[in-house]
Amino acid sequence: MRKYSVFAIAREAMRAHKGWEAQWTSPEPRSSYDVVIVGAGGHGLGAAYYLAKEHGITNVAVIEKGWLGGGNTGRNTTIIRSNYLYEESMDIYEHSLKLWEGLSQELNYNVMYSPRGVMMLSHNVHDQQSFKRHINANRLYGIDNEWLTPVEAKAYCPPLDISKTARYPINGAALQRRGGTARHDAVAWGYARAASDRGVHIIQNCEVTGIRRGPNGEVQGVETTRGFIGAKKVGVSAAGHSSVVMEMAGVRVPLHSNPLQALVSEPLKPIFPCVVMSNTVHAYISQSDKGELVIGAGTDQYNSYSQTGGLQIITHTLDAICELFPIFRRVKMMRQWGGITDNTPDRSPIQGVTPVPGLFVNCGWGTGGFKATPGSANLFAHLIAKGEPHRLAAGLNLDRFRTGRLIDEAAAAAVAH
Amino acid sequence: MLLIHCPYCEEARSELEFRWAGEAHIARPENIAAITDEEFAEYFFLRNNEKGLTYERWRHIHGCGRFFNAARDTVSDRFVMTYKAGLPKQPVPPAEKVSAIAEEKTVETWEATEGDAR
Repeated sequence: MRKYSVFAIAREAMRAHKGWEAQWTSPEPRSSYDVVIVGAGGHGLGAAYYLAKEHGITNVAVIEKGWLGGGNTGRNTTIIRSNYLYEESMDIYEHSLKLWEGLSQELNYNVMYSPRGVMMLSHNVHDQQSFKRHINANRLYGIDNEWLTPVEAKAYCPPLDISKTARYPINGAALQRRGGTARHDAVAWGYARAASDRGVHIIQNCEVTGIRRGPNGEVQGVETTRGFIGAKKVGVSAAGHSSVVMEMAGVRVPLHSNPLQALVSEPLKPIFPCVVMSNTVHAYISQSDKGELVIGAGTDQYNSYSQTGGLQIITHTLDAICELFPIFRRVKMMRQWGGITDNTPDRSPIQGVTPVPGLFVNCGWGTGGFKATPGSANLFAHLIAKGEPHRLAAGLNLDRFRTGRLIDEAAAAAVAH
Repeated sequence: MLLIHCPYCEEARSELEFRWAGEAHIARPENIAAITDEEFAEYFFLRNNEKGLTYERWRHIHGCGRFFNAARDTVSDRFVMTYKAGLPKQPVPPAEKVSAIAEEKTVETWEATEGDAR
């Protein structure tokens, strides 16, 4: 792999940019691998990269039904933060945030991580008490989070309407300054390039249709649309389709797949300096480097794999955006899309061993998987390599639904993750 | 937005009047104190989450207020049928094969049928 640098740009400028090589290879699948990962999103590609880099396992294939990064990795609103309430959540999201901070250098790929601050708006006494509880919990755990008055919030984000007569008055905000955004495609591409360079096979347009198990129940490999591929270990990281893939091995997981929508506006000059979220009126917004306002809506109430969603959901979100930021009332929306999120009963992810020997699962990231990409991938690689979870992810096991040791972020973080 | 036929009101109404209420035909264990933790987790948390035909409950919360059951395709979001609560799981009519439903490109929505008329 040729390193990207200013010298590479200069060199290619001299020869009409004809020397750039493909970022990753697309080899024919071997008959078997040490590890097969199902799903080439950020989590799956990242796990393959860390398997190769930190655990020396390079005989790895990442199998993808569609194209690389074409699922939720390419459909989210790219918000990164770690201000969760419970230690299990803070552990993994903060681990992830720390990896984000050095990811561009690590991968030699600009993932455009931008710590521009994530501000969560408080609209009532309940919000204020809940956010201050979060702030205290975060600071005691060494994670930055601070309380802003409405005037301070307005100073941090000038388009915000803090007038007393606003439809949704604001009585303060919680700000995590290290939170921000990153370029979602670049994360998948960067991990794919770095993993491919270390010998990982990325196999696109290859759907897993079954999981073959041996006489003792252990995993032997996966059946795919391109034939059987043997594997000693299989890691499933299939987001909204995790239920479908796990069912192939006879494992039921407590997931609901729901559409979640996002939309972007026409590109504008730089006007919005940070990320703003409002759980109470359910809206979140930021501005991409290209200039589009990136807006996230809520999930539909029913199970669906349709990768679309109801119009009333985004209408509701835009109602809230127009009230919070009257300046955007006449902005035109350009594109809208949906992704399929896999939601657990306690709205916390599942990462751990399964009842099937050799089968590992990473799912349930629901509406907040993007921010966790490097941390989740890093710990999933550890899980697959060692056969047991890393200390930071030990609480995310599948068994918690039997023991009752849930991580109840659903109540702690209201709606938006 | 989905257009949902309430079997009690015998009328198709917009999704705004309804609440999704989870998978249908799950029976609460008779003696819940006696079951094991595994059985409780299965009853309480594990759901089918089908890709394709699913049986689910809905509640007409801003209408008659009653729960009913529905068979729906989760790929096209199209309802195959709705039927009253308490009835056993209804077989899918042969004319409405799930694969055929999944192939249909358009989903009948409230906007398509009533939105324009208004």
